[in-house]
Amino acid sequence: MRRTLPGRKPLGTQNRTLWFWVFVGPFALGLVLFTYVPLAWSVYLSFFDAHNTVSPTDFVGFDNYTSMLRNEAFTGSLVTFAVFSAFIVPTTFVLSLALALMVNRMHRAQAFFRSVFFLPAACSYVVAALIWKLSIFNGVRFGLANTVLGWFGADQIAWLSTTEPPWYWLVIVTLRLWLQAGFYMILFLAGLQRISPTLYEAAAVDGARPGWQVLRHVTLPQLRATSIAVTLLLVINAFQAFDEFYNLLSDSQGYPPYARPPLVYLYYTALGQEQNLGFGSAGAVILALVIAVVTVGQARWFGLGGKEDRQR
Amino acid sequence: MDDALVRAGRALRVVLLFALALLFLIPFYLLVRNGLASEEDITSPDWTFFPTTLRWSNLSELFDDPTVPMARALLNSSLIAVATTLGTVVLASLAGYGLARVPYRHADRVFYAILGTMMVPAAVTFVPSFVLVSSLGWVSTLRGLIIPTLFSAFACFVFRQYFLGFPRELEDAARVDGLGYWRTYWRVVVPNSRPVFAAVGTIVFIGAWNSFLWPLVIGQDREAWTVQVALATFTTSQVIRLHQLFVAAAVSIVPILVVFLFFQRWIVAGVERSGIDD
Repeated sequence: MRRTLPGRKPLGTQNRTLWFWVFVGPFALGLVLFTYVPLAWSVYLSFFDAHNTVSPTDFVGFDNYTSMLRNEAFTGSLVTFAVFSAFIVPTTFVLSLALALMVNRMHRAQAFFRSVFFLPAACSYVVAALIWKLSIFNGVRFGLANTVLGWFGADQIAWLSTTEPPWYWLVIVTLRLWLQAGFYMILFLAGLQRISPTLYEAAAVDGARPGWQVLRHVTLPQLRATSIAVTLLLVINAFQAFDEFYNLLSDSQGYPPYARPPLVYLYYTALGQEQNLGFGSAGAVILALVIAVVTVGQARWFGLGGKEDRQR
Repeated sequence: MDDALVRAGRALRVVLLFALALLFLIPFYLLVRNGLASEEDITSPDWTFFPTTLRWSNLSELFDDPTVPMARALLNSSLIAVATTLGTVVLASLAGYGLARVPYRHADRVFYAILGTMMVPAAVTFVPSFVLVSSLGWVSTLRGLIIPTLFSAFACFVFRQYFLGFPRELEDAARVDGLGYWRTYWRVVVPNSRPVFAAVGTIVFIGAWNSFLWPLVIGQDREAWTVQVALATFTTSQVIRLHQLFVAAAVSIVPILVVFLFFQRWIVAGVERSGIDD
């Protein structure tokens, strides 16, 4: 079928293999060096007693793992992050979908609203934490939130100064909502724009009332693939929470250890005063396994990779 | 009757959208307001919408203060963001092209090995990566801050998906003209793929400028601080000069806001083409 081009010999298989590695080689090599090697090294380190050293000698077997799993600060942080995900995943999902549905139906001002809601995505967690902590939700003396509450005659709230839920949770969840909702709105908008108008016409002919019925029977089913992707990304991102917890809940104010997500805990364990790299590595391996199990389980539960998706 | 309902619904939606838009913009306003206010205005119990005096001098004070390494941090962040963006785009686009267009028996396996690293969140590997970088002697160096972040499986994935859809006729024409893979890539494929390069480049740039955990771990000396690490160090320290902190934060988002607004439509296009919502 394929004609040999005049004056050129066809490339042999060996030649193609060589060219494949010319293109992919540098990237693959870097990925091996900076992802696979650290992962393997982490597993190796986790079986040793390694304080302040990266080439340990004292083999301790599974001791790091058992003490990490018995450590209430670590297991508590895993629970924290489960609770955090249970809050943040549905709220971000609903808010970004609602924004996408509303913005999608705007015609003239669509670009304006899309930009405004997407704008926080350019902001860093560090800057957002600064605004949240020192301008909106700072103690009882000053701050926007308490000023607004004061207008309505409500009591002042010591947002981040109380180490018991729920108030510091509200601070953390609203910050993440503000930063992330716009990005997921863009994903939903892309999905919405792919839905064929004929489906809506057919629904109208079948007598579906615009609004809830159309949303439930046409829009949401058509957004299924997008919804799965958004949920997966939200969960993975929630697992990675670090920046805002590190910046909002300062070390000195006496938050219980379980108030922090696992990454913040591991950061202090492995790279803080203790420099306990073996112990920290065991925690990292446990966390990676938890994430893998949750992600794969979630994908299975949604039927990702099932027959339906392969046909797409 | 129905018409009135529809119109009422539309009006409600517009009002709701405007209210939400205002809410989303307030944090940006607070950043600028506090950055140009005096410390007393920021901490005053009687909060006002406008500060009593606009203090533009906050800005010059920030750069004149020798105890705050702001200029150095801005320089570090710029170098890191630019180098990371260029490096990532070059490496990931080459790999994406190879995976999409050069036939190789194990190409699928290589692709899955790359994709698999997306399942392990980068943040989870920070302990072993720190170990590796410190054993290379790269802690607190630009090398250590840049090189390990150049290999983004996400960027590679986006390029592969894009090149799979690149029109074959263009490449075939190049082949007829006697170009090999390498020259076909540089002379035909790259010049015709500017939007995807802009999209990935913008996303990588914003990520690099805003990244916090890796610079916090690796940039331990003051000389190696990025803007984000410098800001965080101020917020978590005991003595804070609030007006200076806010003006520093406002300065830190200017470059990213410019890039963001300028390239926004490329980001949107990139998201739509990446296949992550498909």
